[in-house]
Amino acid sequence: MALLEATGVWKSFGGVVANRDISLCVGEGTIVGLIGPNGSGKTTLFNSVVGTHPIDNGSVLFDGREITRLGVRQIARLGLLRTFQQTRIYGRMSCIQNMLISNSERGRGVLGLFAGQRSAGIAERAGELLEFVGLYPKRDELAGDLSFGQQKLLEFAMAMMNRPRMLMLDEPTAGINPTLINGLIDRLKRANADFGVTLLVIEHNMRVIMNLADRIYCLAHGELLAEGTPEQIQNNPLVVDAYLGAH
Amino acid sequence: MRLAQLAAYAALLAACAVAPAFVPEYQTQLTELFLFVVFALTWDLVGGQMGYNSFGNVLFFGIGMYACAVTQVGLVYDVGAYNAARGGGATVFLFDADQYLQGLMLGLPAGALLAALVALLFGALVLGMRGQYFAVCTLGLGFAAGEIANGWEWLGAGSGMVPPGAPDDFVDLGRLYYYLALGLAAVTFAFLGWLYTTRFALAINAIRDDEDKAEAMGHLTTRIKVIAWTIAAFFLGIAGGIYGNLKRFIDPIDVAFPSATIGVWMILMAILGGKGTLAGPLIGAIIFQITKELFWTYLLGWQRVALGLLIVLIVVFFPQGIVGWVRARPRGATAQ
Repeated sequence: MALLEATGVWKSFGGVVANRDISLCVGEGTIVGLIGPNGSGKTTLFNSVVGTHPIDNGSVLFDGREITRLGVRQIARLGLLRTFQQTRIYGRMSCIQNMLISNSERGRGVLGLFAGQRSAGIAERAGELLEFVGLYPKRDELAGDLSFGQQKLLEFAMAMMNRPRMLMLDEPTAGINPTLINGLIDRLKRANADFGVTLLVIEHNMRVIMNLADRIYCLAHGELLAEGTPEQIQNNPLVVDAYLGAH
Repeated sequence: MRLAQLAAYAALLAACAVAPAFVPEYQTQLTELFLFVVFALTWDLVGGQMGYNSFGNVLFFGIGMYACAVTQVGLVYDVGAYNAARGGGATVFLFDADQYLQGLMLGLPAGALLAALVALLFGALVLGMRGQYFAVCTLGLGFAAGEIANGWEWLGAGSGMVPPGAPDDFVDLGRLYYYLALGLAAVTFAFLGWLYTTRFALAINAIRDDEDKAEAMGHLTTRIKVIAWTIAAFFLGIAGGIYGNLKRFIDPIDVAFPSATIGVWMILMAILGGKGTLAGPLIGAIIFQITKELFWTYLLGWQRVALGLLIVLIVVFFPQGIVGWVRARPRGATAQ
């Protein structure tokens, strides 16, 4: 069944239509890719879905529930989480602190924050997930001192700490050392298989996305150009034209 | 290490508790210092730990001061008539020992609660702004409150308000306020010390580092920010109540809402000691009060110039504060 279902999403900024009547569907437990040339509206679609900005038209359902009018915080608390293209971590806090505060507050009020920082197994889980992304030896270093690629891994671990039902990743491999990319793909697959997290992934690296995704959507000029399995997308002349230019 | 710190703080508290017996001539300065510690600690909660540089925290200080004095008077007399008399007139306003004590015991919490309430009401609105917009807006809050008090006849308007006097045979007031201020500073320090061990501290640190990220992770950022500001307001409200009674005269602009002096000093003390640390504001307040008193004693006439110079030196050479500077030193290369 569909965990995320967007229907007829429109979003324009002044005269520029960034998302034109886009519909997509992400089945529970699957990995879905979102590709498209620069400026095709992928990140805007992410922002539209998670409530960063209100959309002009259309609807977004998460787990059958209407989330079109909800804000970022409420949507995140439902278990639909996103990471950022420009990696965002808490730079002046240590890695372990970044992890500890990323523990899910779902279903809990602010008063739940007046508890010890390492209560109820949170620290163990934070350590395990740091180990999962290979950052455990750096747990006490400031997150801002990590390399860009390590920050991406930390951001991924923070998202996992939140126990999301679905994770939307905005270019997880951009800026990462090519030798580390395979490790990252492996971790994304394990997050999906072992932790049961549904993934929607924006990616420019074709080898990565073809390897990873069960199903791919391709955007161009704010419109949905094609959808299908990785093979279908690879052999779709429209997609090839959008990337290489048609003559 | 943890135990050694605890012992050091306990020793400091004990030293302060017996100090009036040995150096009674510094009692007033020390009382002021304890209040300064509260200013710096509460400013740092929002400005340092949460990264919201507030120039308007004097708002809560002044509200606490007026609310306390009004409660003290209002329990016995009509506040309007009391202030209209301006200490003269036909009626004599006297307070006996019980009335004075009751007024104080109810007035201080009243000031704290009213200040906290104002922070709660304005918080969601003001804390919706970020960066310099927030700073400028809070600066306006302090000035606006001063102007309102300046024009409010019931509160004595520009002529100010005199907190009630104690009966002649009452306890030594200087000593009483010394211990009240010391108690407040100790409780504030202990409370924040505990608060900084909770997840709440991580949450406000996260807001400081990247508020959009904290929101995207599902944190109820607005509520968290308002709570932090309300906590700061609560303690500042009590400090205001004590300060008004200590000064024995509440001037709306220079004493209750002194944006240009105490309003700036509290920021300076926190920066001097080290923003975003527990010990920093404490150290900053101590050093600031000593230097300020030295300037006022030995450089009279030039004291404000010296203070201005000190501000420049702090900002240029100790941007991370003393605690930040000490912590960064052994790490050498990573210091920058």
